[in-house]
Amino acid sequence: MNRSIAFKTIVIKEIFRFIRIWPQTLLPPAITTALYFLIFGKLIGDRIGTISGSSYMNYIVPGIILMSVISHSYANVVSSFYSTKFQRNIEELLVAPIPNWVILSGYVSGGIIRGLLVGIVVSLISMFFADIAIKNITITLSIALLTATVFALAGFINAILAESFDDISIIPNFVLTPLSYLGGVFYSTDMLPGIWQTISMGNPILYMINAFRYGLIGVTDVDIQLTFIIIGGFIVTLTSFSLLLLHKGIGIKN
Amino acid sequence: MNALSLRNLKKIYNNGFEALKGIDLDVEAGDFFALLGPNGAGKSTAIGIVSSLVNSTSGSVTIFGHDLKREQAKAKSCIGLVPQEVNFNQFDTVKSIVLNQAGYYGMPRKLALQRTEHCLKQMDLWDKRDTISRRLSGGMKRRVMIARAMVHAPKLLILDEPTAGVDIEIRRSMWKMMQEVNEQGTTIILTTHYLEEAESLCRNIAIINNGLIVENTDMKSLLARLHIEHFVMDLANPMTQTPVIEGYQIELLTDKSLNVAVPKEHGLNRLFSQLSAQNIEVISLKNKTNRLEQLFMDLIDSNPSVLHSGDRQS
Repeated sequence: MNRSIAFKTIVIKEIFRFIRIWPQTLLPPAITTALYFLIFGKLIGDRIGTISGSSYMNYIVPGIILMSVISHSYANVVSSFYSTKFQRNIEELLVAPIPNWVILSGYVSGGIIRGLLVGIVVSLISMFFADIAIKNITITLSIALLTATVFALAGFINAILAESFDDISIIPNFVLTPLSYLGGVFYSTDMLPGIWQTISMGNPILYMINAFRYGLIGVTDVDIQLTFIIIGGFIVTLTSFSLLLLHKGIGIKN
Repeated sequence: MNALSLRNLKKIYNNGFEALKGIDLDVEAGDFFALLGPNGAGKSTAIGIVSSLVNSTSGSVTIFGHDLKREQAKAKSCIGLVPQEVNFNQFDTVKSIVLNQAGYYGMPRKLALQRTEHCLKQMDLWDKRDTISRRLSGGMKRRVMIARAMVHAPKLLILDEPTAGVDIEIRRSMWKMMQEVNEQGTTIILTTHYLEEAESLCRNIAIINNGLIVENTDMKSLLARLHIEHFVMDLANPMTQTPVIEGYQIELLTDKSLNVAVPKEHGLNRLFSQLSAQNIEVISLKNKTNRLEQLFMDLIDSNPSVLHSGDRQS
């Protein structure tokens, strides 16, 4: 059994899937973020001035890029794996001699690739509005990659536990979107009143966005090392939980 | 060597339903084996456990000597499954469905392409290889699932009602294909509701009911146990009264047709001479039910003692 071939088969299938439906997967984030840059960055941003020495446009670009990475890495895995369950073609994988970790890494890789691809698209669009010289390429790329991994894993768990199409939209709508908007995409935590600053520090997305912002423009509200520890902790926990669900067959076997 | 061995296999679902109550079953390598039972009897659960789609509660499954829990990859590599319902991505092309499955089994690309072509040609689907699968007819979809199950050349092919809902012409061609595959050395386990299909294709048979194996024997021995056969006779002249012949149970279906239960020990010759003696002219005769169907119904209707694989008579 050549596991690398099985892994490649799942990843290539996933890439073909989201490229085949590019008007649903790649085009909307391009349009949405262009509007963000135009309305929040350009029209409103010009009246706001600077935050931590950066223009408002430059300040919001990292958050908007990472928000797209988060939502699309999550959406890719949750929709693809749930559809696989729904159409019962998950059985193609279950009957084959593929270890659970290969199934998990295949789907998560598909989510990461889509998340990063959308991130690249949004970054290219941001170049029309902002003038950013990357401060630290290693931190920028590693935070993008690790954040995409966290949310692809979370999407996988959501897909396994979901019992209807409604269940795959609850987390993105009621958890991810609020946490992203409250994760400092459009503001610095310094601008919040005392108690809200403390509450915000409990939002993991705040750390990811600020670390990514640090990588791009050198401005952050959080400790970068702590951010890597938090993301690492999430990856280990979510991976372990995903493998446990697969091993027990919860949500995928009778 | 056994292609498949089940030992004390049990399955209790979360709602408490006991689908399998500890079944033992052996299928020899090279066999063409029928696993029959009414709906809800437990055969799909048994197949689900063997093909890793359902978790067993207890018991063991061994496939060509590999324990399904301890040597999962080796055991799974031996199996090809054709499920009851269409379960491939209906937005994929026929070729990519089969090719992806080869990839899941770790087959190198060049070999996977060769095997995909071979299997699609064998299923007469090569011309449809670039067709989106949801545009195929029901019969074609079933053949795609067989091609997909065959792509890694499994030693054990499990066909769960493969001919359900297909027309008689396609069913016959699928029978021929299954026989060819079996002749080439692949062990086949077939579940079907068409009992004439099992009777004409399979050499050995197990019947499962209420989560228990109620019969496990070879097809000839089972059919030999049939004591009474029912025949429908068309008559040349109309009748008003049911004829009475000792040893035979006769029922008047219409004024020109009779239903006769013929015990094996009496046979047909005696019946015909008695009918001639009463000036009753028979112009045609046919079996009322499939022989296996009759036995199947007898077994399911009765409350037989549990037979295990050791009771096989062959």
